[in-house]
Amino acid sequence: MKPISLKIKRQDGPNGRSYWQTFETPYRPFANVISCLQEIQKSPVTREGKKVPPVVWDCNCLEEVCGSCTMLVNGKVRQACTALIDNLEGPLTLEPMSKFPVVRDLQVDRSRMFENLKKTNSWIDIDGTHDIGEGPAIPDQDRATAYVLSECMTCGCCLEACPQFTLDNSFLGAATFSQVRLFNMHPTGATQKEKRLEAVMKEGGITDCGNAQVCVEVCPKKIPLTDSIAEMSRETSLLSIKKIFNS
Amino acid sequence: MKKRNRKVIIIGGGLAGLAAAVRACELNMSVDMISYQPVKRSHSVCAQGGINGAMDTQGEGDSPEVHFYDTVKGGDFLAHQPLVRDMCHQAPAIIHLLDRMGVPFNRTSEGHLQFRRFGGTLFSRTAFAGATTGQQLVYALDEQVRKHESEGTVTKREWHEYLGAVVDDQGICRGATIHDLRTGKIFTLRGDAVILATGGPGNVYSRSTNSTVCTGAATTSAYLQGAKYANGEFIQIHPTAIPGADKLRLMSESARGEGGRIWVPRTPGDSRPPKEIPENERYYFLEENYPLFGNLVPRDVASREIYAVVYEQKMGIAGEAMVYLDLTHHRKEYLEDKLGGILDIYRKFTGQDPSETPMKIFPAVHYSMGGLWVDYEDDGHGMIDQNSVRNQMTSIKGLYAAGEADYQYHGANRLGANSLLSCIYSGLLVGRAAFNYSKSMDVASEDISSSVYEGEETIWNNRFEGMKRMNGKENPYSLHSELGELLLENVLIVRENSKLSSTLEKLEEIESRFKDVKCLDTTHWSNPMPSFINQLRCMIQLSKIITKGALLRNEFRGAHYKPEFDLQQPKNFDPHEYIDYLERTHYEEVNDSDFPEGHLDYMKRFQANNEKWLKTTIAQFKNNGPEITYDEVNTSLITPRPRKYD
Repeated sequence: MKPISLKIKRQDGPNGRSYWQTFETPYRPFANVISCLQEIQKSPVTREGKKVPPVVWDCNCLEEVCGSCTMLVNGKVRQACTALIDNLEGPLTLEPMSKFPVVRDLQVDRSRMFENLKKTNSWIDIDGTHDIGEGPAIPDQDRATAYVLSECMTCGCCLEACPQFTLDNSFLGAATFSQVRLFNMHPTGATQKEKRLEAVMKEGGITDCGNAQVCVEVCPKKIPLTDSIAEMSRETSLLSIKKIFNS
Repeated sequence: MKKRNRKVIIIGGGLAGLAAAVRACELNMSVDMISYQPVKRSHSVCAQGGINGAMDTQGEGDSPEVHFYDTVKGGDFLAHQPLVRDMCHQAPAIIHLLDRMGVPFNRTSEGHLQFRRFGGTLFSRTAFAGATTGQQLVYALDEQVRKHESEGTVTKREWHEYLGAVVDDQGICRGATIHDLRTGKIFTLRGDAVILATGGPGNVYSRSTNSTVCTGAATTSAYLQGAKYANGEFIQIHPTAIPGADKLRLMSESARGEGGRIWVPRTPGDSRPPKEIPENERYYFLEENYPLFGNLVPRDVASREIYAVVYEQKMGIAGEAMVYLDLTHHRKEYLEDKLGGILDIYRKFTGQDPSETPMKIFPAVHYSMGGLWVDYEDDGHGMIDQNSVRNQMTSIKGLYAAGEADYQYHGANRLGANSLLSCIYSGLLVGRAAFNYSKSMDVASEDISSSVYEGEETIWNNRFEGMKRMNGKENPYSLHSELGELLLENVLIVRENSKLSSTLEKLEEIESRFKDVKCLDTTHWSNPMPSFINQLRCMIQLSKIITKGALLRNEFRGAHYKPEFDLQQPKNFDPHEYIDYLERTHYEEVNDSDFPEGHLDYMKRFQANNEKWLKTTIAQFKNNGPEITYDEVNTSLITPRPRKYD
C-alpha cells in the first residue's frame, strides 16, 4: 500500500507565523489521524528528509468523548481520532481550528468556551453534597431530550463552522446556547432560568445568531443545536415581554 | 483572630478530583486544581456503563450489604472490608447527589431512576445515563466546580502537570512542584494538603482502554519520594474491547448487562458471516460454563475464558484473536436508547453496525486495582470514621490519594460500575480528610521556610534541564511502545514465573536504554517532550512494581492468574462447605468422609494459601527498584471463601 501523506500546518507559538510541512507514514489498516501523528513522533522527519521537532497536538480519550483532538482534517472540522484514513481523500491536510488562538501547531486555546459556561451560570444550584434525599422525578422523554444536549463535549466544532463566531468578537455561540437550554429544562435548574437568559440577552447573545444553521451540521454528537437556538430565542422573547409588563 | 485560609492542592480533575474539590469548597477551603488539560476532558469521561448503588427498586431483594458482599467476593477478598462496606452503604446517597446535580440518568415510566444489571452480581443495581455515564458524571461535577471557580474558591490551573510533592525535613508534604506545560516554567505551590487524584497507569502497557494522559507518572513520583505503592500486580483486563493499533477501545459491560451474548463458532476456523451460523453451531461459552451468572461473570473470569477459547481451544473467530459480542437480538431503538454511545464508537471505528452484525471484541488492559497505599480509620462497628484525617492519606503525611490512584476498594478484581462509585466516594472522603488535617496542623503551610520550596524547585529544574539535553539514539516514543509490548506479552492475563523474571531483566535493559534517549524537541514553548521523557522514566519504575509484584505472588487470586498455582476447585464444590469446614475445625476433627471426595483436600489447600497470600502487596522504592513486603487485609466482616460463579 502507498504510504499515508500528511500535509500539516505548523506554528511555533501564538505569535509565530504558520508554515506547512509534509510527512509520510506507512499505511496501516484502521489507521486514524492520531495514530499517524503518533508515528510521526517516532520518526519526525519531513518528506524531504529534514529532521524537525515532532508535531504538537492535543488528544486524550481517542474515542470521541473528550473533545480534545478537534482540528481541521482536509478542511473540515472534526475530531482527529475518529478520522479514519481509509475514509479520507489523500494527501491529508491537517490544520488547527481557526476560531481559537493557536498555542502551537495543531493545539488551540478553547478556554473562551469554558468562560462562556461561567457567564451563563451553566450548572444546577444544589443545596449541598450531603444525603438530603432523591432528586426530582423526571419523565423519561424529558431525560432523553436532556441527555442529547448533555453530550456536548465543548469541542468547538459548531463555533469553528459558525460565520458569526470570530477570533475577536464576543459571540457566545451554539454550544453555550444549548447548555443554557439544558439547565433551564431541569426542574431545579429552572430556578435560575432568568439569570441565564439575561446572560444570553447581552452583547454576543442570542440575537447575534445569523441563523446560518451550519453548527448543527458539524456537531459530532448530532446535538440539535438549531432547536436549542430557537428555544433560546423563544425563552428570551418571553422574558422580554414579561419584563415589559412588569415594568 | 483572622481565620486563616485553608488550602488544598488537588492534582487531577476526573471524578475523584472533582468530588474532592466540591467537598473541600463546601468546607470553606480554597482549592488549587491542577490538570494536564481542561478537567472536562479527563479520562473518567470514558467510563460507560454506570454507577452501582443498591436501592432495590425492582424488588429483587438487593441491599447495600449484598452490594458489599458482591464487591468483596468479586475482589477475591483482598479489599479492606470496612471501607467497601461504608462505600456500598453510601452509594445510594451518592447517586441521589449526582441526580440532584442534573445527571440525565435513564428513568422508569414513573420518572424515577432506572437500574440495569452488571457483572459479578445477580441484582439490577447500576444507575446509568445511556452508555456515557462517566462523561455525564464528570460534566455534572465539572459544572459544580465551575460554580465554585466563578465564586473564587477554586483556582484551576489547566495545562499544568504535577511533578512531585514538596516534602519538608520532617517528611511532611507541604505543597507540590508544578510544571506549566505552555511556558515550561517549573514552580511550587504551598498547600496544607496535596491530593493525588491522578487516575490509573494503563499507558504503561502502551495500548489499553485508557486515555493518553493515564501514565501513572504522578503516583509513581510519590512512590519514588518514599510513598508505599500497594497491590501493583493487580491489573484488570477488561474482557470486551475493540482491537486497535493506537488504542483498545472499550465496549462497556453494559452491553452484556443489556443482554449481550459472547460466542464463537463451534467449528474452529468457521469463516461464515456470523448471521449465517445457526444457533446450534454457536458456542456461548460463558453461558454454558457459568449457568448462574452467564455473560455477567466478573471481568477476570470472562477475560480468562475468552483467552482460553482463543489460545487453548483455538476457537477465535476465523482463527483470529477475537470473539463475538452479540446484541443483534434486540430492537435497534432499544439499543440506541440504552447503549447508543458505545454503539457509535464501534460504528465509527469499524464501519459496522452492532445492531445488525455481532461485534468482534477481545480483552484489553483497563484498570489498576493497585495504586498508592492509603490509610483509613474504621469506627469499630464495621464502617468508616468519616472525620479521620487518616482516611486516604498515603504513607507521606499530608499527601493524599483518591480514585484509581489509590488501592483500597476493589481488592484483586474490580466489579463493573464500582469504579465511578469508588472515585466519588473516595473523593468526597478525602476532601473532608484534607480539611480536618488542615485544622489539626501544628505548623501551617504558610509558615514553612521558603527554602523547602526553593530546594524542590531547583531539583526539578535541574532534572528537566538534564532531560532537555539528552541527545542519545533512542526515540522515547518508540521505547515506550517497546515497554508496552513487553508487558502486554508477559504481564497480562496468564502469568508464568519464567516469563516474569525475564521481563524483570528486560526492564533493566529498557531502563539503561532510557539513559540513551534523545529529546527531539528542545524549544521552550508548549513542548511536550521533556514531560514525556519524565513520564517514561516513571512508567519504567512502575513496570517494575507490577512485574515484581506479579513474580513474587505465587498464587491465583482475582486478576492475578498463575495456572501453576491454581488450587483446582472441584467442579461440584459449594462455597458454603468451606464455612461449614471452618466452623467444624473449631470444635472437632474433620474427616475426608464429611465432604464430597477431594473437597476437604481442596479446602485445606485454600486455607493454607490464604494464610500465606491473603495480604496486601506493599512496594517501596529501595536500590532503584521495588522492595516488596506484605500487610494484613481487614477481613473482619465477611469470612474469605472460595469464589464461584457457576
